[in-house]
Amino acid sequence: MTYAVGQRVLIADRRHDGHHRTPGYVKGRSGTVERLHASFPNPESRAYGGDGLPKRQLYMVALDYEGERVLLDVFEHWLEAAP
Amino acid sequence: MHDRGGWPTDEPIDRSEHQLADWEVLMDSIVGTLGANGVMNTDELRRGIESMDPDAYENTSYYERWLYSVETVLTEKGVLAPDELDARVSQ
Repeated sequence: MTYAVGQRVLIADRRHDGHHRTPGYVKGRSGTVERLHASFPNPESRAYGGDGLPKRQLYMVALDYEGERVLLDVFEHWLEAAP
Repeated sequence: MHDRGGWPTDEPIDRSEHQLADWEVLMDSIVGTLGANGVMNTDELRRGIESMDPDAYENTSYYERWLYSVETVLTEKGVLAPDELDARVSQ
């Protein structure tokens, strides 16, 4: 696991054509790791008949969105350490 | 189109439960069976829904989108022939 609970992270502002689970409205925003989930097959590969391996760590990230506290699940390859 | 988190809206959320039609229950069973048998997974289901034309997406119900996706993905995989379902329905 690259990121620890309580660590500040940035959700990548990256274009991705095709199925992925990172909603557009949080891309480029930073938040805090709230919880470590398990590792899961990567849906970006599974959506096209792939095996989804290697599994990717899933995190629960908390962020402030226009005054609301939002909790959402983000895969590790969509996270960067916040500056 | 499907990625609508964060979109502003003043419309209230309809939280009422509704009775599922028989075909909707069947649709759920078909997707469960396809998954259990390794024919089609949830990620493929979602990708198929996301590939819908925006107008079609807006004008279909939850399980109608599932039907669209199952037909799309199973046709890709060669499980269904192109237009096979339409041909059967028109018989």
